[in-house]
Amino acid sequence: MAGTAVRRRLTWQVARVSAVTAETASVRTLTLEVPDWPGHRAGQHLDIRLTGEDGYVAERSYSIASAPGEPVAITVERLDDGEVSPYLTGELRAGDELELRGPVGGYFVWEPGDGGPLLLLAGGSGIVPLRSVLRHRGRTGSTVPVRLVYSSRTLAEVIYRAELDRPASGVEVIYTLTRSQPPGWSGYARRADAALLAEVAWPAAAMPLAYVCGPTSFVEVVSQALVQSGYPPERVKTERFGATGGT
Amino acid sequence: MSPVSRGFHRRRQEPAENAGRVPPGQYVTKDFPVLSAGPTPHAALDRWTLSVGRLGRQKTWSWAEFRALPTQDVTVDIHCVTKWSKLDTAWQGVSVDTLLEAAGHDGPFALAHCDGGYTTNVPVADLTGGQAWVAYGYDGQPLAAEHGGPARLLVPHLYFWKSAKWVRSLELRDTNDPGFWENYGYHLYGDPWREQRYAGD
Amino acid sequence: MEAVDGNAIGGLLWEVFGTEMTDAASVCGSCGAARLVAELAVYRPALGTVVRCRSCDSVLMVFVTIHDRTCVDLLGLAALG
Repeated sequence: MAGTAVRRRLTWQVARVSAVTAETASVRTLTLEVPDWPGHRAGQHLDIRLTGEDGYVAERSYSIASAPGEPVAITVERLDDGEVSPYLTGELRAGDELELRGPVGGYFVWEPGDGGPLLLLAGGSGIVPLRSVLRHRGRTGSTVPVRLVYSSRTLAEVIYRAELDRPASGVEVIYTLTRSQPPGWSGYARRADAALLAEVAWPAAAMPLAYVCGPTSFVEVVSQALVQSGYPPERVKTERFGATGGT
Repeated sequence: MSPVSRGFHRRRQEPAENAGRVPPGQYVTKDFPVLSAGPTPHAALDRWTLSVGRLGRQKTWSWAEFRALPTQDVTVDIHCVTKWSKLDTAWQGVSVDTLLEAAGHDGPFALAHCDGGYTTNVPVADLTGGQAWVAYGYDGQPLAAEHGGPARLLVPHLYFWKSAKWVRSLELRDTNDPGFWENYGYHLYGDPWREQRYAGD
Repeated sequence: MEAVDGNAIGGLLWEVFGTEMTDAASVCGSCGAARLVAELAVYRPALGTVVRCRSCDSVLMVFVTIHDRTCVDLLGLAALG
């Protein structure tokens, strides 16, 4: 399907929440039943629209957490000063309706045919679309080697921890915990920088494909470091969330 | 017709004690949101200038000259068209009256030009009589770059998009030509008390 | 405020252009830089959406939606699509 331009309308439709799953204390995955879902690609996102009783409308975008072929799911981090995320993570329950449109995205996507080796770099909730990539790789039987570098404030805030601690064959997961580390932690304990990447990234000579997702500052530092280490810019795909990742 | 999202409501309701000070449709925030149409410029003070007047005969001040002008401490409420209001904000700045006295009252309208290319239009009558400043200090500190430093226009009686960040000149002219946001449909004048958010309001 | 990138406005662009646009090519009208739309710098100050060239910061596109009507300004682009 890669390279096929599928013309479709992007229209709002009503979906039903089928499950709300706690990933961490402040993060929830919403599994959705979407009646007219056309299928999606790993790395895409969808837009949510909420309407209050008084007609107030709020829209946000969320990366799709599930692989193509799995039920549509999004993962939302609750931001305390947010307007939408506290609603999605705290109020919404199974059986509720949600207006959405999607999938959206033709650039920050991966298919097995795109090859690798893959370098996936996640800052905080930037892990969400990369998890879709990992699950898609697993479901399609791709053997492309993967290194995932996941920057999180603490281990408790790592999303999908159980899954990532048991990576599929050919997938290596490297955490860096930037705010605090558990006793005995021997892994990285700082924000991703050029020196850290020099130790864990595929060498440029391997012709890797990199996907960087997270807050803008994370994406800027990491993508610049990769390009300076020899990755061609067109082999470093980036998706920047706002500083607050969308509230 | 969009379905109502059960249990969803807008962020804040207005407590009664602020009622008289908050224009219609606004909510009070303790934050100071940063909204920008582009990257934060970082002007070198030794190259910064402020110009006021009609093109071709503007009065220009260097940073040192600007900071030598008489200044005022003012505490005002500010109202953003995106619905947040912030009460009792404390600024230090030079009154636009002072600038116009030196430059000459040379036209009925002003177009503010800013580092980064932003513009906004304000009638001169709304910049005089103690209604506007070029502010270089906020809350007793030098104005942070993300909030418009080294200096921004401050016109608190109009929606805050008129208080142009990173201001470098007030160009006086005969016509009230629209600035950046006004060009795309925001109100030419922008009075929060008459809720003049968009053209035609 | 920090910029995001063209990925964040995929839905808006689809609404305006009728198709997926994040992987469309763009050329800056000021400096000629060529980038995919997903790689452009996007500022969303709530009054509107301003898309800028990552090389020279020039404004490429502006989208302002008022009362369900969207104003689209593409004058900063030399080419799109």
